[in-house]
Amino acid sequence: MTNWTIKGASPLGGPARDLYVREGRIAEAPAPDATVIDAAGLIALPGLVDLHTHLREPGREDAETVLSGSRAAAAGGFTAVHAMANTDPVADTAGVVEQVWRLGREAGYCDVQPVGAVTVGIAGERLAELGAMAESAARVRIFSDDGHCVSDAALMRRALEYVKAFGGVVAQHAQEPRLTEGAQMNEGELSDVLGLRGWPAVAEEAIIARDVLLAAHTGSRLHVCHLSTAGSVEIVRWAKSKGYPVTAEVTPHHLLLTEDLVRGYDPVYKVNPPLRSKDDVEAVRAGLADGAIDVVATDHAPHPVEAKDCEWAVAAMGMLGLETALSVVQQTMVATGLLDWAGVADRMSVRAARIGQLEEHGRPLEVGEPANLTLLDPAAARVIEPASLHSRSRNTPFAGLELPGAVHATLLRGTATVLDGKVVDR
Amino acid sequence: MSAGPRRHLLSTADLSAEDAMLILDTAAEFARLADRPIKKLPTLRGRTVVNLFYEDSTRTRISFETAAKRLSADVINFSAKGSSVSKGESLKDTALTLEAMGADAVVVRHWASGGAHRLAHAGWIRSAVVNAGDGTHEHPTQALLDAYTLRARLGGLEGRRVTVVGDVLHSRVARSNVRLLATLGAEVTLVAPPTLMPFGVEGWPCSSSYALDPVLPKSDAVMMLRVQRERMDQAFFPTEREYSRRYGMHADRMAQLPEHAVVMHPGPMNRGLEISAEVADSARSTVTEQVANGVSVRMAVLYLLLGGSEPAIGTEDEGERR
Amino acid sequence: MTDVTVPTAAENAASGLRAPAPMRAVLDAAAVQRALTRIAHEILERTQGADDAVLLGIPTRGAHLAARLARQIAEVEGRTLPHGTLDVTMYRDDLRLRPARTLGHTEIPDGGVDGKLVVLVDDVLFSGRTIRAALDALADLGRPRAVQLAVLVDRGHRELPIRADYVGKNLPTAQRETVQVRLAEIDREDAVLLGTKPEREAGR
Ligand SMILES: [Zn+2]
Repeated sequence: MTNWTIKGASPLGGPARDLYVREGRIAEAPAPDATVIDAAGLIALPGLVDLHTHLREPGREDAETVLSGSRAAAAGGFTAVHAMANTDPVADTAGVVEQVWRLGREAGYCDVQPVGAVTVGIAGERLAELGAMAESAARVRIFSDDGHCVSDAALMRRALEYVKAFGGVVAQHAQEPRLTEGAQMNEGELSDVLGLRGWPAVAEEAIIARDVLLAAHTGSRLHVCHLSTAGSVEIVRWAKSKGYPVTAEVTPHHLLLTEDLVRGYDPVYKVNPPLRSKDDVEAVRAGLADGAIDVVATDHAPHPVEAKDCEWAVAAMGMLGLETALSVVQQTMVATGLLDWAGVADRMSVRAARIGQLEEHGRPLEVGEPANLTLLDPAAARVIEPASLHSRSRNTPFAGLELPGAVHATLLRGTATVLDGKVVDR
Repeated sequence: MSAGPRRHLLSTADLSAEDAMLILDTAAEFARLADRPIKKLPTLRGRTVVNLFYEDSTRTRISFETAAKRLSADVINFSAKGSSVSKGESLKDTALTLEAMGADAVVVRHWASGGAHRLAHAGWIRSAVVNAGDGTHEHPTQALLDAYTLRARLGGLEGRRVTVVGDVLHSRVARSNVRLLATLGAEVTLVAPPTLMPFGVEGWPCSSSYALDPVLPKSDAVMMLRVQRERMDQAFFPTEREYSRRYGMHADRMAQLPEHAVVMHPGPMNRGLEISAEVADSARSTVTEQVANGVSVRMAVLYLLLGGSEPAIGTEDEGERR
Repeated sequence: MTDVTVPTAAENAASGLRAPAPMRAVLDAAAVQRALTRIAHEILERTQGADDAVLLGIPTRGAHLAARLARQIAEVEGRTLPHGTLDVTMYRDDLRLRPARTLGHTEIPDGGVDGKLVVLVDDVLFSGRTIRAALDALADLGRPRAVQLAVLVDRGHRELPIRADYVGKNLPTAQRETVQVRLAEIDREDAVLLGTKPEREAGR
């Protein structure tokens, strides 16, 4: 294992100092054999943690694998990702979650923490064996039918109650199904102009409102996935003010992009929940800044070319996110003065690790802590080119955009997964 | 294959008033052909026009086919029946096939909103694309033939009051008409039950009303939209009887219209639902004229897009976004 | 039709003719009038009273010339010949070489052209291609007994075996020269002007 001396980094954007990594942990003094990383001008952050990643394996290895997805994660500065359950087969048994967890360990680019399905086959009918997944080698703590909403109120209530037995959290994809049948984009003036079936904000907000009340009633942990509307932010803020056990996430694309991009009918902008209005973008930024929204989660959703190179209506929903998340947050939150780098560390690592109950992640950059960290060059700028991404898919909505910041190095328990801006082959 | 720049007709929003008037004036010249022994012109000889229909619409397809043939273009019909289109071949693969065949123009009817836009701008083909109806988005040539019919019947469009009645929410005809008529200076009023009124209608260049009767005496033309019966099952309105009573055009309502006013319908009609047989067959009805005018207007569009070294109308090609 | 570039739709909208190079008059108003009078008389003479003649002018200026000829013949004969217009745009062989143009108006007088002596009227005879297109257009309208051609100016440089039956003025020109007929109905004066094309347009 390599030991490191990181010279002149700014931890969380603070005063520059040297960081020493020895035997996979942050150390008091440099190891005699340490390799030096010149980190002047770089910001040191705890390794980023993604609560919402679609790695597609098993089932859609043409779009992404645990290996390709975790390389993309490392390139984006992540040291841990939560692999969503909507694979094929669905991650609704101990066997599947252990398989994904093991593939992540074998790949070795970041910790792959499986998310278990709430219901069998994410069909929204019967509870999956949540306990078995919790007790498996994968130690599942987050359960989600992501992509589908647990719309049945009674089932949602039972799921919230049941996970209390092992300290789990239910992560809800909030989408009232009847209000979004055939929905294609945010409902508003533009959806009417384009003739695309509207996806009303109320379809998201109604479920979140119901769920925060259920969480309060059951005293159980609710996590709201990728909230996207101003109303959703208000509801979560209200729930938190009441002390309800609720957390929430927002995606990078909902922090930056608006529905106007749909005008050209290019399905690369088709996503669930849909891109919303400018007001919504401002509201989610404000919510992330004031803590109503706890974390940025990518909802990294790789799709093969043919799933996007088609008519809008038949295209798959979802966007790549891992390799651009930190840059988007820098542009939307740091450059605007809404968050400082400590805030970024909090929203992209500390709170995410806490929600996912990952003990080795999201830790302070202090002596004795596991050396999971990311070095970011905030002064760099890059034009996003789909072909240069590490994901197996190319469906980034940021193609051609110039975004600030570049990940210079990522360390996973002291092992470099990214060095000099390049993913280290293992 | 033309070497010059290529343009498309995807939406009436893309047409300036000058473009629209050029199309209508050109159509008026073509309309005169109908009285001649030889109705065919050699203008588009050697050009290939493909009718790519992902949705059944015999009326629209025949109209475009007649228009193209009267201009001596070669016409290839690709319909959802009996071709690879129905076997799950993607729009992209079909487009690449058409490109290989050297189509100069593709007239596309697609069930998906944006289907024509995608075909035009995804970088799959170099042909001009004419939108013959895409999902619930637009149907620009229908609006052009409606404008042509209105101009012929009312002597002009500037300041004329046109009322569009029915399922505006799901109507590509309404969308295209509102934009085109506004461009041409007409005053449009949309009438629909609130469930079938577009969500953001306040932003449209028209006014709106939930009640039909107060609007009738102030209308120079009333355009009745087709109402699909399945909307009833989706709770957009309670029963056919109630819809017809509140929003249908029947003799009593027709009597409230000014003397000169006309009643239009893009067809196919649901007689007895949105329009009574008495109205449909009356002298005020322009239904059959609309069909005849459709051919002239589509000839004008094809001629202006394909007739020269560069098109005279339509939207510039965007090229690849990246 | 003149060999001045036919305006495209866009140009029409923008207004007017392109700025011409300096041009000099080769026929003034009086000369134009004399030429038309002579043509009118020749038509009457050669068609023995023009009983079954129909004058069809090719838009834009040919149409005005046909109307004038019809008036002049009426002054002599005391009866007005049937006259109308024949747009040849859709029959041109160079449609694809230029932007799509606006259509002219075709107005066939009552009685049609079947069995009639059709006199086509145009302002300038040049390559002959416009007349070729006119003959095709005419064939789609019916079967005249015979077709003749009257032009105000014949400037030579024929590219097809076509000749005029009535010529107001033979005007030997170079290829690089342009001939512009101006008529009071649309140009506020009667004149025939000769000029030189700008270099970059010479090859068109
Ligand atoms: Zn989701």
